[in-house]
Amino acid sequence: MTAELRADNLHLWRGEQHVLRGVGFTATAGRCLLVTGRNGAGKTSLLRTVAGILQPEEGCVFWRGEVTGVDRRRFQSEMCYLGHDAPLKGDLSGAENLHFGVGIRRRFSADELHAALARTLATDFADRPVRTLSAGQRRRIALAGVLLTAATLWLLDEPTTNLDASGQELVTALIDAHLASGGIAVAAIHHPLALDARVTTRLELT
Amino acid sequence: MTQAASPWQAARLVVERDLRLAFRRPAQLVQPILFFLIVTTLFPLALSPELSRLRDVAPGVLWVAALLSSLLALEFLFRDDAHDGTLEQFVLSGQSLTWLLFAKTFSHWLLTGLPLAIVAPVSAGALGVDFASMPGVIASLGIGSFALSLIGAIGAGLTLGVQRGGVLLSLLTLPLAVPILIFGARATELAIKNEPYGAPLYLLAAVAVLGLTLAPLGAAAAVRIGLE
Repeated sequence: MTAELRADNLHLWRGEQHVLRGVGFTATAGRCLLVTGRNGAGKTSLLRTVAGILQPEEGCVFWRGEVTGVDRRRFQSEMCYLGHDAPLKGDLSGAENLHFGVGIRRRFSADELHAALARTLATDFADRPVRTLSAGQRRRIALAGVLLTAATLWLLDEPTTNLDASGQELVTALIDAHLASGGIAVAAIHHPLALDARVTTRLELT
Repeated sequence: MTQAASPWQAARLVVERDLRLAFRRPAQLVQPILFFLIVTTLFPLALSPELSRLRDVAPGVLWVAALLSSLLALEFLFRDDAHDGTLEQFVLSGQSLTWLLFAKTFSHWLLTGLPLAIVAPVSAGALGVDFASMPGVIASLGIGSFALSLIGAIGAGLTLGVQRGGVLLSLLTLPLAVPILIFGARATELAIKNEPYGAPLYLLAAVAVLGLTLAPLGAAAAVRIGLE
C-alpha cells in the first residue's frame, strides 16, 4: 500500500494533564502536515506519540493502513524523528556522529554521507568535534542525518530552530524535495515555513 | 533502495562508538580502575602486613572493591545517552532495543569490568596472593563483573528518569548482586588456597548466563518507560 500516515482520535494524558484531546489527521504521500499551536499545546507530544515513544491512552496511529504498534520496528525503519535537541555526541565529529547514529539504521557509503553533508552545507565543519559547533551548525549536521536515513516519513520538531535565514530556506527546500519524491513530512512549527500551500495541510492544536 | 543495517552491524557500531568516546575522554575510563586499586592497596597498609592474614581477607577485599567500583561505573551506563537523545534514537532505529542495549552493556563491561579483572593481579599481589592463583582470580572477577554489568543494566534503565539516581541505583542493584558476590568471592578464595574452584565459578557463570538472557530484556523495558 502507498505511504499514508493517519491518526485517529488520539488522547494522551501526561500526569493530570489531558494533552491531546481527540487529535486526528491524515497525511498522504507528497504532502506535509504542519502542526501549529501555542507553547504547551502538545506539538512535541503529538510527534512523539506518532513516533511511538509515547503511548496514547486512546486512539491509534496507522501507517500504510496498519496500526503502527503491530510491527513497530518496521514502521520505525521507515520513519525518522528529529527532536528539538539533535542527538549528537559532543566528543565526536559531525561525520562520526552520522556514521554511528544513522549507521545503526541502514548501510550507506562514504559518498552518501558526504553528499548529505554537502546538501545541508555542513561539509566545512563536519570534521570538528560537535561540542565546538554553534547551535545552527549542529542543526545542519542533524538535518544531514535526516537525509541520510532515507526514511519515507519525516517527523520534525521545530526544524528551523537556531537556523539563520539561509538555513530556513534550506529546510523548506529539503522538505519540498522530500515531498516531490513521494515522502511525507510532519513538522511542528512556530515560524511559518514557505512551503507551497497546495502540498501542506495545517493542524492547529489547542 | 534502503538497505537496513544488520543486527551485527548495528551492535558493532554501538560498541565502536562507546569505545571511541571513552578513549576521547580517558578520565572517566580510569576512574573505576583507580578506585579499585586504591581500595585494595590500602588494606595491606591498614591491616597488619602479615601476608598469611592478608591472604585470608584478600577474596573479600577484592570482591567488595570490585562490586563497589562496578556500582559507581553503572551510573554512567545509560545516563549520557539518555541526556543527548541517543537512547531515543535507539528506540526509533528499527533495530531491537534489547539487542542494542546488550551491545551497550557489553561495551560498558569492556571499559569498566574487564580492566578490573586485568589489574586484579596487581591488587592480589599486594595482598599476598601467590602468582599461581592469579588465573582463578582473573577468571572469577572477569565473569563476575560481566554478570554485574548485565544485572546493573536493569537498575540503570529504571533510574533513568531520576535526578542523581546513584544511591537508588545501588539500592536496586545490590540485592541482585549478592549471589555474584558470594559465588565470586568463594571462587577467588578457593583459587587463593590452591584448591579446585570450578564449582563456584560455574555457579557464577550460570548467574552471568541468566543475566545474559534476561537482563537486556528488562533493561529495554525499563528504558522504554524511562523515555516516556
